[in-house]
Amino acid sequence: MTIQWMKDVDLALAEARGKDKAVLIDFNAAPM
Amino acid sequence: MAVKIHVKEQPAVFKRFGAQWTPTLMVLDPEGAERYRFEGYLPPEDFLAQLEVGLAKSAFAHEQWEKAERRYRGIVQRFPKSEAAPEAVYWAGVSKYKASGDAGALKETAREMKERYPESSWAKKASVWSG
Repeated sequence: MTIQWMKDVDLALAEARGKDKAVLIDFNAAPM
Repeated sequence: MAVKIHVKEQPAVFKRFGAQWTPTLMVLDPEGAERYRFEGYLPPEDFLAQLEVGLAKSAFAHEQWEKAERRYRGIVQRFPKSEAAPEAVYWAGVSKYKASGDAGALKETAREMKERYPESSWAKKASVWSG
């Protein structure tokens, strides 16, 4: 399964609320 | 929903959520409340188990006891050797107790813990339920 990573946390939170889904945030320093 | 925040690109988001180390993984419920975070690299099995713990905690926080128990049980079944497994046994028992009010669920959890994960700190916590 491929994860569709987003970069906008507020957009993700808004979408999650609308879809009743949890949000995973990965704070990282790895090369993008 | 999954969001990747890079320390050099979005330092303000690190500060906003109090992330002070990488990697930090955070699970938020649909209302945006943080339900779980863990820091540091983990091998795949432990990583996936920790993500499931986050989802189980979210269900538990919303008093969705049966859903929480299913998620915790799933961790034990799918990742029995992960560090999250003993914790999952513990909270599956608590979730079952919350749903049923039957203290037998806790006693059974203590028995299972002693049998499967006797060396874990969670076994010590569950030992008071042995009766």
